[in-house]
Amino acid sequence: MTPLAEFITALHGVASGEGEVITDPVRLRTYECDGLTYHRATPGVVVLAESATQIAAIVKLCNRYGVPFVARGSGTGLSGGALPRTDGVLIVTSKMRRVLEIDLPNRRAVVEPGVTNLAITEAVREQGYYYAPDPSSQQICSIGGNVAENSGGAHCLKYGFTVNHVEACEIVTPDGDIVVLDRMDPGYDLLGAFVGSEGTLGVATKVTVRLSRTPEAVTTVLAAFASIEQGGQAVSAIIGAGIVPAAIEMMDALSIEAAEAAVACAYPEGAGAVLIVELDGPAEAVERQFAQLTEICAQAFELRVAADPAERAAIWKGRKSAFAAVGRISPAYIVQDGVVPRTSLPSVLASIDRLSAEYGIKVANVFHAGDGNLHPLVLFDDAEPGAGERAETVSGKILDLCIENGGSITGEHGVGVDKSRYMPRMFSDDDLDTMQLVRCAFDPRNLSNPGKVFPTPRLCGEVPGVRKGVHPLVESGKAEQF
Amino acid sequence: MAEEALEKSGVTLREAGPLDAVGDVLPSYVALPESVEEISALLRACAEADLAAVPVGGGTKLDWGAPPERCDVLIDTCCMNQIIEHAAGDLVVRAQAGVTLEALADRLATQGQELVYDGPFRADATVGGLLAAGTAGPRSFRYGTPRDLLIGITVVLADGTIAKSGGKVVKNVAGYDLGKLFTGSFGTLGVIAEATFRLHPLAAERAWVQTRLTPAQVQDAAVRLAAAQAEPTAVELDWPDPSGPVTLAALVEGAAATRRAQTLLDEVTSSMPGWWGEAGEGESLAEVRCMPDRVGGVLAALEGTGLALRGSPVSGRFFLRGDGAGFVPVVAGLREAGARVSVLASPYLMDRWGEVSALPLMRRVKERFDPGRRMSPGRFVGGI
Repeated sequence: MTPLAEFITALHGVASGEGEVITDPVRLRTYECDGLTYHRATPGVVVLAESATQIAAIVKLCNRYGVPFVARGSGTGLSGGALPRTDGVLIVTSKMRRVLEIDLPNRRAVVEPGVTNLAITEAVREQGYYYAPDPSSQQICSIGGNVAENSGGAHCLKYGFTVNHVEACEIVTPDGDIVVLDRMDPGYDLLGAFVGSEGTLGVATKVTVRLSRTPEAVTTVLAAFASIEQGGQAVSAIIGAGIVPAAIEMMDALSIEAAEAAVACAYPEGAGAVLIVELDGPAEAVERQFAQLTEICAQAFELRVAADPAERAAIWKGRKSAFAAVGRISPAYIVQDGVVPRTSLPSVLASIDRLSAEYGIKVANVFHAGDGNLHPLVLFDDAEPGAGERAETVSGKILDLCIENGGSITGEHGVGVDKSRYMPRMFSDDDLDTMQLVRCAFDPRNLSNPGKVFPTPRLCGEVPGVRKGVHPLVESGKAEQF
Repeated sequence: MAEEALEKSGVTLREAGPLDAVGDVLPSYVALPESVEEISALLRACAEADLAAVPVGGGTKLDWGAPPERCDVLIDTCCMNQIIEHAAGDLVVRAQAGVTLEALADRLATQGQELVYDGPFRADATVGGLLAAGTAGPRSFRYGTPRDLLIGITVVLADGTIAKSGGKVVKNVAGYDLGKLFTGSFGTLGVIAEATFRLHPLAAERAWVQTRLTPAQVQDAAVRLAAAQAEPTAVELDWPDPSGPVTLAALVEGAAATRRAQTLLDEVTSSMPGWWGEAGEGESLAEVRCMPDRVGGVLAALEGTGLALRGSPVSGRFFLRGDGAGFVPVVAGLREAGARVSVLASPYLMDRWGEVSALPLMRRVKERFDPGRRMSPGRFVGGI
């Protein structure tokens, strides 16, 4: 028997509930990819987990049989972070979706990892609170996945990311121990290291998040500009005026066209760029900032202000649907997630234009302009020979542009399998080896989501206990892709 | 052997004097590196001769943490005092570890910006020291603690390896966040050499409000202030004598600050209370942390002890300060009442850190980063 087959036999001892263990090949295929669908691998076995103690028992078995494990929430990730292992177990947390505690005096909620991001806000909205990080997939993405990826969202410009809103996590370590990492505890900030580690340091089984007070006033403005340069100047001027809006989003003409085709968002006609600016806070402060904003956006040929939540939703509709919308104007596309310093935005966008022309590949630009997080959508026709390769090249060159300008290869989607090969362009061997020290401290056997984040597997000194069937240096990430 | 190895590193050295003692441990040498590369050369020399090292910035918190098991070299970062880049348009600053917070604040203010930190030693502490101790100030309630504002870091490990993580953009999830791991690590994982922070615009207007309450009234008042839509950026209390009243103060920043502040508490003032963000005086100092709904219990446990408490009832983070051996049972009592207490400085023998839930994992991290136990050995939790 292979280690995996022995593992599956043993698994029935710890996960015996109805439909918990999936080995049927047809059902296994349901889990072969996350939101990044061009990386696929059929998991060796899937467990729909129900509790931390059960996950701990599964991970202990993984250690006994040398079987790797991958945790998965809702599977909406965009970097292949939850790509399964054919030789491993996929631990799915979607059944663990109880809100365990709402504690308003302490502004906290304790939830299981499968709870969706938006469900937290929905649980406390009537009491005047919300959970601040808001990735576009917030209706379905899980808080466990948010913790793994350190998810952001449009409003993180003012409010920060998942890591700034998580107070504690109960985790199952790669050894199979249940440990609590709490910001209030003394000692190393292991919670800070865990959030955003993309499932490589263990599995979050309970998450304590901070709740924020709903702001007294929110003003959402849509400004239409003739060109993307004018829009960019407005962004710089807003920041220069000392305003920190909750969000500043920008879309170029091509992405507006796509959004229009998909959801008829009715953005002003003929716009070279639209800017969505959301101001929130105490009513008086928002009023003053709005007055400043109106002056700053003097170049805009149309300025719309949402008068109520319905109009606000209408403004956001085009932006939030942008990724899916490009499907209307292009058979295939690659989404990138690079970041540049905000002041480099104009020159980087101009360079993307040049790349686009040089390779004959259209690029639609949708981005979090306030924090320089680009989401270029590289469009191509997968039926056209060579187009996919050219799109891949353009995509890679955009990441190079981000790195050259002092930015990052990923602002919120994570490295996963998709961008691990770009890590050496951003970090030296010493940087990556030092990060691996953390991984080796948590996961000396390299069982927790191996093959993600880092470009090459690394041995953590002497590996005690059972050896895995395949040497990690031999087994590259490519082996698991179709 | 030791001196030879150190001299070979090319780093400026001087002999240590009594003022260089860390706790009661006197180092033999003080090293004055001027660059990241020099720190690396120095730590390679320390590795070669098995010398233990303790980094120091402004020295304002050198008495915090347990005394090191051994300390041969004090690494003084005072010569690493360059502000490498202030990208005002990006609201980002990159600075060497030895830059003092005052020098940094002065520079940033010229562009109407600041690094939000208003905690202890906000003038003389350095960037590196602020991070190593992970000290938080009142406004961390709204803006987060230094770990939340740090976006990139360069560190030097015990074997001389220079490593960086993060970068100079605020939004960045590439790779592990070593910055968070090093923040609050008390010099036990390596030397912080450079740091990059996100900045905020200086508020055009700010107003403080305050009132006096009985200890029993504080918790409810604080919970109310935390939820106020006037959005105070900080809520602090000062209780210099736990047999008297508590001063509760809030800070409001930004547009219409004064009018917004008036909705919170009665007495409005535009100037900062003298005690704001300071740790206070006394031979023992501890950080007390608790949930906001346990603040009443903490105050009750302190009544009549003669110790002084100051800090944030909305963040649940306080400094407890005082003289005498009476400090020891009070710390034990607070822990029994459900608070976490870290004893930062004290001449009395006691459990400095209390229970640490993830200690075995922390030991493994230490073992990976500093297997030779040469970086500030023994200074931190569990004798790490």
